[in-house]
Amino acid sequence: MSLAIECSGVSKYFMRHSGRVLLRKHVESWFRTSHRERFYALKNVSFRLEAGEGLALIGTNGAGKSTLLSLVAGLAEPDSGRIAVNGRIVALLQLGAGFHLDLTGAENLFLNASLIGMSARRAAELFDKIVDFSGIGEFINEPLRTYSSGMIMRLAFSIAVHMDPDILIVDEVLGVGDHAFQMKCQEKIWEFKRSRKTLLFVSHAAASVEGLCERALWLDRGEAVMDGALREVVAAYEGRVHP
Amino acid sequence: MSASVSPALAQQCEPAVYWHGDRMFLLRNLILKDFKIRYRNMSLGVFWSLLNPLIMMGVLWFVFTKVFPNSRPNFAAFVLCGLVPYNFFTIAWVSGTVSLVENSAIIKRVAVPRGVVPVAAVLSNVVHLVIQIALLFTAVLIAGQGVNRYWLWLPVVWGCEIVFVCGLSLITASLNVYARDMRYVVESCNTILFWLVPIFYDFGVVPARFQDIYQYNPVAALVMASRNILLDGRAPHGPLLVKLAWSSVLMLGAGVAAYRILRRRFFDYL
Repeated sequence: MSLAIECSGVSKYFMRHSGRVLLRKHVESWFRTSHRERFYALKNVSFRLEAGEGLALIGTNGAGKSTLLSLVAGLAEPDSGRIAVNGRIVALLQLGAGFHLDLTGAENLFLNASLIGMSARRAAELFDKIVDFSGIGEFINEPLRTYSSGMIMRLAFSIAVHMDPDILIVDEVLGVGDHAFQMKCQEKIWEFKRSRKTLLFVSHAAASVEGLCERALWLDRGEAVMDGALREVVAAYEGRVHP
Repeated sequence: MSASVSPALAQQCEPAVYWHGDRMFLLRNLILKDFKIRYRNMSLGVFWSLLNPLIMMGVLWFVFTKVFPNSRPNFAAFVLCGLVPYNFFTIAWVSGTVSLVENSAIIKRVAVPRGVVPVAAVLSNVVHLVIQIALLFTAVLIAGQGVNRYWLWLPVVWGCEIVFVCGLSLITASLNVYARDMRYVVESCNTILFWLVPIFYDFGVVPARFQDIYQYNPVAALVMASRNILLDGRAPHGPLLVKLAWSSVLMLGAGVAAYRILRRRFFDYL
């Protein structure tokens, strides 16, 4: 077994009163002596994930789950601690990055594929497969403006799952398309599991990750409360939240 | 799909590098995106690229031949030699500056190397530039100037300007993430630059003690070099080319350095 993700002592803070994105605000803050307050989204979080393992992140809103995912996905840098990732990551929370309504489905496909790290050759090879999986059909050469929101999400999801990543990050809020397409997505995620990919899930419901994740990490106000077998952690979490 | 079983994970042990993509493919797609979006919603499309310099040329020609008459021959081509580099510089700089904020949806969702975004914004204006250069060549040929071997210098001097704008945009785009006023600073600089670049006057009339500093301004240097090549039919001065090359390389270095320092908190401010 090799390590897929290792987080050691990771902390990340944001400044309170953020949105200080005007020059005037910066100048004001130079003249004020009061120290800007730091808000810790993550405090000294550590976990290790072996390749092929599945980990569910659980916790209430604002517990730091999304922040942890963005650190693991390389979107932000931790303020202290270290994160090491081995392998290619695809995060199903970044669906449809770069999609533009004035571009056609095909143009968006290539743009999004290049953004999530697909090579030009792979994108050309997989083009038919991606279009086929999405069920967009001949609309692929129409501007995205003419698509329904379900169609856009289906296209985005198809590109992401065809990346063939080593590590898949899934946010629970994944209500993509109609029932039939959701079944297809579920099947795809199980396929990842069967081919021993590493999974990192954000979930509130234990049932949806049963079988996909063996372990769970419970985050509460930025701190790791419990790391262990899925059922035990979920039982402890539910005992605390709904006593 | 069971054929897509992953390669042995154990063998790919790399440090925390998150994006394994194809930079050239990414750059090409970002440039195409900017270009297609800009022109798809315009009924006249690429002709807008020609219209703006033509109108400006017309106005300047009217003012400086009819209102304040001057003795310079081929004044239209002379003005265009100044306008085309200036136009490219200002438009590319502004679109480079706002690019990171405008593409925040991408930057907050995908771990792409963010420096690609301002560079792509600048390069997508090169298409625009090529069209305007074609207009410039037409004006030069109409003015009765032939093609000469010094035209081979043109790609070099234009290349220097593109490098310079890329470097400058990396700095201002990174700053714009932290202070969104940057855009207006850039626009004000462009207004000032219109007067400080010899667009409608000749470099020769600039007082001697300012001439040296003038040449470090790559837009001014480019205008002078273009006039040397296209209108005077001679090679640009050596010292001028050296200054142009130096300032472009230094600016690119400064841009990359500033971007590396400032990118740490992009995610928090976008």
